[in-house]
Amino acid sequence: MTSNSAVLAAVVGIGQTKYQTKRGDVSIAGLVREAAVNALQDADLTFDDIDAVVIGKAPDMFEGVVMPECYLTDALGCNGKPMFRVHTAGSVGGSTALVAASHVQSGTFKRVLTVTYEKQSESNAMWALSSPQPFSVHLNAGAGGYFAPIIREYMRRSNAPYDAGIKVAVKDRLHGARNPLAHLHLPDITMKEVEESMMLWDPIRFLEACPSSDGACAMVIVSEDVAEDAPKPPAWIRGCAMRSEPTMYAGREEVSPQAGRDCAADVYKQAGVTDPRKDFDCAEVYVPFSWYEPMWLENLGFAPEGEGWKLTMEGATSLDEGGDIPWNCSGGVLSSNPIGASGMIRFAEAARQVRGDAGGHQVDGAKLALGHAYGGGAQFFSMWVVGAEKA
Amino acid sequence: MSEQQDMITDIKTPVYLQYNFTAGKSPARFLSQIKQGILTGQRCPSCQNVYCPPRGSCAACGVATEEEVVLSGKATVQSFTIVAIPIPGNPIKPPFVIANLVADGANISFIHLMSDCVNEEVHMGQRVEPVWKPQEEWGYAMDNIKYFKPLDEPDMTIEDIGKLALNAEKV
Repeated sequence: MTSNSAVLAAVVGIGQTKYQTKRGDVSIAGLVREAAVNALQDADLTFDDIDAVVIGKAPDMFEGVVMPECYLTDALGCNGKPMFRVHTAGSVGGSTALVAASHVQSGTFKRVLTVTYEKQSESNAMWALSSPQPFSVHLNAGAGGYFAPIIREYMRRSNAPYDAGIKVAVKDRLHGARNPLAHLHLPDITMKEVEESMMLWDPIRFLEACPSSDGACAMVIVSEDVAEDAPKPPAWIRGCAMRSEPTMYAGREEVSPQAGRDCAADVYKQAGVTDPRKDFDCAEVYVPFSWYEPMWLENLGFAPEGEGWKLTMEGATSLDEGGDIPWNCSGGVLSSNPIGASGMIRFAEAARQVRGDAGGHQVDGAKLALGHAYGGGAQFFSMWVVGAEKA
Repeated sequence: MSEQQDMITDIKTPVYLQYNFTAGKSPARFLSQIKQGILTGQRCPSCQNVYCPPRGSCAACGVATEEEVVLSGKATVQSFTIVAIPIPGNPIKPPFVIANLVADGANISFIHLMSDCVNEEVHMGQRVEPVWKPQEEWGYAMDNIKYFKPLDEPDMTIEDIGKLALNAEKV
């Protein structure tokens, strides 16, 4: 193991809420507590056992509650205990898990509870993303408006067939139909239905975009000695990496950002991964718009540049088609998107797979999995590798 | 008041955050020029790339940009999207085209509206020019340019977009 951590850490508890358009039955505090209690139960621990809490969410304006972590201490049982808040836009769910892991790997704490959430129904993320600045025009087009031109450039360069994105949209919804927690359950979705759905941000159609969800995800991350006594199999954290780059600089490679490639190289090195397609059993990768699957297949080294779409089209990433490297078996961001939690859901779902605890979307015998998140203008990246074995 | 009322489960309370924008030295120069109807960029002394709009530094080299360059405003479409999603409260009626434009003489794109065009005919490499608002409406803002419209010029080769100024410099 080439990681510089002093202590080996593992995930021993995972808790999620059901993802849906609106959780009118709970407040933000109730939402995060639900996920936290589920994670503690999974680990057979209580709030009293926890040394510190690491919490993350997307920008505060998404709900209009500023520094919400202050008021959530009670709900997360950490009055008088250390709490840490993480901010890295859409990648925050991943970064939060990494910050939590680092507090165990460094030997600072033995048992850390980490929680992320979004309650999109309580505000309008599109407007929250659109604060006007005088040196730029105010076009209110949201994240889709930002990423659509980048997707168009990928389509041009790669000469991918026009329906590669449609195929991902169908595949991830079929995966989502296996996951009772997923927001969207569309077991009968067809290529035709996706193709005929409304073009929102050309070339992104309605069914090629993620939904807007309420939900929270939590994990309990503990040190090796504590994990040895866990009631259920731990997911050993074999590599952790974060990278970022400026959103705007001349010559920036926006289709396959350098920070993403560097982050992958770092986390693979720590985990001893040399051929990601072969070495991993599955991956949970942040794909909020369907075309990002082929784009990240290339950025993450699962396919040569310009050929990510071939894996998608031949079914390599599909559980239903028996693909060799299933991506987003849980349904992915395309099936559930509580923004701040979406990255952590990727990390948690990767951990569920190697714990053999992924229910209807389990990859048989999964031993090694990648969790990935990106955020902002695709300038923040966070990744981890989790395994059924320690090394 | 009627005796029967539906239960109130939520209320909408719009939040307004009003603030003064402190532009900083470099964007302040840019905004002062654009108030006069002049589009400018700033050149990185290290990599020679020209930033428009300038933000005071080249994020790739980590150095301040000082030298100011006046740009004609003519630009090339690097990429674009046609926005059809109806967003509540948006003053711009969909469908509309948002383009990533690289101004002639600059080496990075900015985002602006395209209009006076057939949306379905917008394409990468297309040449465009700015349509300014009436002078009396000019302020310290990029939206003094109302939108960009197609220019009757041959398309630019996609590989050359954003690179012409640099190549000329090197010759």
